[in-house]
Amino acid sequence: MKSAVIVFPGLNRDRDMIAALTKVSGTAPVSVWHQDADLPDVDLIVIPGGFSYGDYLRCGAIAARSPIMDKVRERAAKGVKVLGVCNGFQILIEAGLLPGALMRNMSLKFVCREVKLEVANAATAFTRGYTQGQVFRCPVAHHDGNYFADAETIARLEGNGQVAFRYAEGTNPNGSINDIAGIFNEQKNVLGLMPHPENLIEAAHGGDDGRALFSGLLGQAA
Amino acid sequence: MTSYQNNIAITPQLVADHGLKPDEFDKIVALIGRQPTYTELGIFSAMWNEHCSYKSSKKWLKTLPTSGPRVIQGPGENAGVVDIGDGQAIVFKMESHNHPSFIEPYQGAGTGMGGILRDVFTMGARPVAAMNALRFGAPGHEKTRHLVSGVVAGIGGYGNAFGVPTVGGEVEFDERYNGNILVNAFAAGLADTDKIFYSKAEGVGLPVVYLGAKTGRDGVGGATMASAEFGDDIEEKRPTVQVGDPFTEKRLLEACLELMATGAVIAIQDMGAAGLTCSAVEMGAKGDLGIELDLDKVPVREAQMTPYEMMLSESQERMLMVLHPEKEAVARAVFEKWELDFATVGITTDDLRFRVKWQGEEVANLPIKELGDEAPEYDRPWTEPKKPVPLAADDVPQMDVADALLKLMGSHHVASRRWVYEQYDTLIQGNSLQRPGGDAGVIRVEGHASKGLAFSSDVTPRYCEADPYEGGKQAVAECWRNLTATGAEPLAATDNLNFGNPERPEIMGQLVHAIKGIGEACLALDFPIVSGNVSLYNETNGRGILPTPTIGGVGLLPDWEQMARIGFAGPSECILLVGAPPSWGTHLGQSIYLRDLHGRRDGAAPPVDLAHERRVGDFVRRLIRSGVATSCHDVSDGGIAVALAEMAIASGIGASVNQVDDQDPIVTFFGEDQGRYLVTIREADLDTLLAEAGALGIYAPWFGNTGGDTLQLGAARPLAVAALKAAHEGWFPSYMDGEAA
Repeated sequence: MKSAVIVFPGLNRDRDMIAALTKVSGTAPVSVWHQDADLPDVDLIVIPGGFSYGDYLRCGAIAARSPIMDKVRERAAKGVKVLGVCNGFQILIEAGLLPGALMRNMSLKFVCREVKLEVANAATAFTRGYTQGQVFRCPVAHHDGNYFADAETIARLEGNGQVAFRYAEGTNPNGSINDIAGIFNEQKNVLGLMPHPENLIEAAHGGDDGRALFSGLLGQAA
Repeated sequence: MTSYQNNIAITPQLVADHGLKPDEFDKIVALIGRQPTYTELGIFSAMWNEHCSYKSSKKWLKTLPTSGPRVIQGPGENAGVVDIGDGQAIVFKMESHNHPSFIEPYQGAGTGMGGILRDVFTMGARPVAAMNALRFGAPGHEKTRHLVSGVVAGIGGYGNAFGVPTVGGEVEFDERYNGNILVNAFAAGLADTDKIFYSKAEGVGLPVVYLGAKTGRDGVGGATMASAEFGDDIEEKRPTVQVGDPFTEKRLLEACLELMATGAVIAIQDMGAAGLTCSAVEMGAKGDLGIELDLDKVPVREAQMTPYEMMLSESQERMLMVLHPEKEAVARAVFEKWELDFATVGITTDDLRFRVKWQGEEVANLPIKELGDEAPEYDRPWTEPKKPVPLAADDVPQMDVADALLKLMGSHHVASRRWVYEQYDTLIQGNSLQRPGGDAGVIRVEGHASKGLAFSSDVTPRYCEADPYEGGKQAVAECWRNLTATGAEPLAATDNLNFGNPERPEIMGQLVHAIKGIGEACLALDFPIVSGNVSLYNETNGRGILPTPTIGGVGLLPDWEQMARIGFAGPSECILLVGAPPSWGTHLGQSIYLRDLHGRRDGAAPPVDLAHERRVGDFVRRLIRSGVATSCHDVSDGGIAVALAEMAIASGIGASVNQVDDQDPIVTFFGEDQGRYLVTIREADLDTLLAEAGALGIYAPWFGNTGGDTLQLGAARPLAVAALKAAHEGWFPSYMDGEAA
């Protein structure tokens, strides 16, 4: 399976994401600079975390309006898988690829700690490495991860199995509605999540609970 | 327009406002043979203030050990450089941003982070770890919460966006910092030993290039402000605080590293204190070259900036480089990719003059070497510090041992700093092996199969106040001990010396003796000082801070799988007090037991026996590396009692230990004797270990076992680990929520 990581100025977990994809799949993803004219033909497009454009205006707002995002939208419409983590999730929302909004954490503070995630829908390309309802460890590190959407949207997400992960065991770090940590688009080929599975994939990280996301995803089309 | 500002008359008042003494001004006039222009006066004030010139401390700093087999670069560059093998080096430094952080905590602390990160990547290193040592006023002081929340948010806001993990640090409260907090930021980066970049310019007629953010009016006079005491007019100084932009800093990092890889860079210097002035003079003076700057080429943020403002601006995220002329186009392309300013603003010359042109006029023409090297150097008078009377042996204020421990665990001094460090990204880059909360932060060396690096920042200001010499030794020894407690070999350190007004002989006496203690400890422990920073005039309305020489150390782990953590590894293991005196704990003077539970700040500071420290530390490190030690924690503030509680809390496993017959358990459990470690081992290893320790003359009593869910100190009532944890975790969040100070 071929993957590409899109890099905007200000992102800073691109190296972590590239390392995770490389370690799990054995192949380095293509690194695509936001100004590159071409998005290579890949099976998976990843937008990693960080502070694109310094989080100025709104988190992800400026990157979402970058020309490369038109190409990401085109590919997503064709069924190519798109993964956005942390700032990547914020960018996907700002780009209209996922519904809702990510507001400032309820504490109004940046939070970096380990939480528990529950797999809310294991029947997708992204989550098939986990079992339905499985609870696993995962770190978070963000300032604006408080997911919100209107009641109608939430009902639709819940009804369609579009909630991917929920914060479990009372570990919701940001006040997200329905403990939502990650969501899919309707077709389930776009996933955005706030936590950082790429930072928990090997012994040096103190565990590998995040690895199944990548191994499930990358194993599928390999 | 003419340079109207250069027509400003140079009056004694104007000279004084620039922080220059009359005799210093006379020296300037003698040096250049005429009255300086207004711009030149500003340049001199920037170069000759305490912050940039170290004029009060230089004489004493020279006595510190700064070399060793692994030291590639000692003090004098942007950061120290130490060999970690395999062609790699760790590049690190610690620097204060005290005054700006008190005036404007968010921006002050954030730009402190920005400055130290720039110091590291200026040398070609990618920052891989950060720490910060923070000291605030009493928890009950009206400004403290505001300062804590602003400083922590500021460090997080900058460091998190930049993308460096915070792996350790210190947070301490004391009323002596009420009017003058301390924000000491540490950063370390990795570089290849053959790709280190320096500030020394080489070659005549080469372009001097300005990179990064535009120049604005922020921070004009910042370095001079940092070299003066605070008075009641402090609010007026807010405009001298710089404003940080971590987004630009992150782009500057990537652009600099990309540019360095092209081979275009001859010399590089970041614009920190005193901005363009300091960076240009240092590059020229170090390379025995003159520099000519054309200010009309400098990218500016605001119109109508005067040459004085441009030369003294401390706008952040800027760099100055000397480039190979044939690679200028390559360099420009890199910076344009990252959407940063790139402008050739000057040229190197062979006449050793520092010339500044503005709108066709020469607004400054000064001898560059003298500007850099001829700053006044003072041998300020100092007095012998008065040491407090040692405590009488029977002077042991009483309290129930269990109550005392529970109270200390939930006190401002010992309570968990989780509220602080969860606002910092501690795991970005994916290499954090030990995050804040243990003895030292540890990261793995990316790309290497087994190597790790440990980091710790330490000083005990109340010891330094009681005895600057022993306090200086203790700061180094504790840092060395914390690194050792993970299994790391301490390599080298950086010092951030925070003191009051050096023009007062008693303050100068503290500085002199602390440096003496630091030097002796560094020598005895093979732990050279490779970089550092001096922050003086930390006073408000004539009252100085506690003397605070912060030591930031780096250690090397050959194999991070053989690394110790503070949490007990399992039940039914033996607990040893390695390095103990015959009665385990003896020294209650200056302890937090006395200070925080009895309101007493008396007694002598605990002495540090450096030979003992070395012997015990080397032994403990061997125990860790051979896999015998299953957990390890150094014993510091709060003595054995607090150290045991921290090990229990970190693991959720209890312990029960003996007390010494015929000795007051308060002294045993809360004494702060130095050079001790708590080590757990399996019982099967006990005999061998005790024999080895005995052969080395190290006393390592087996005084208890792990297990259960309570901690029992001798005959005292057992305390539930859960209750200790609740106390430990509870203080900070409830304090910040506005509850009990």
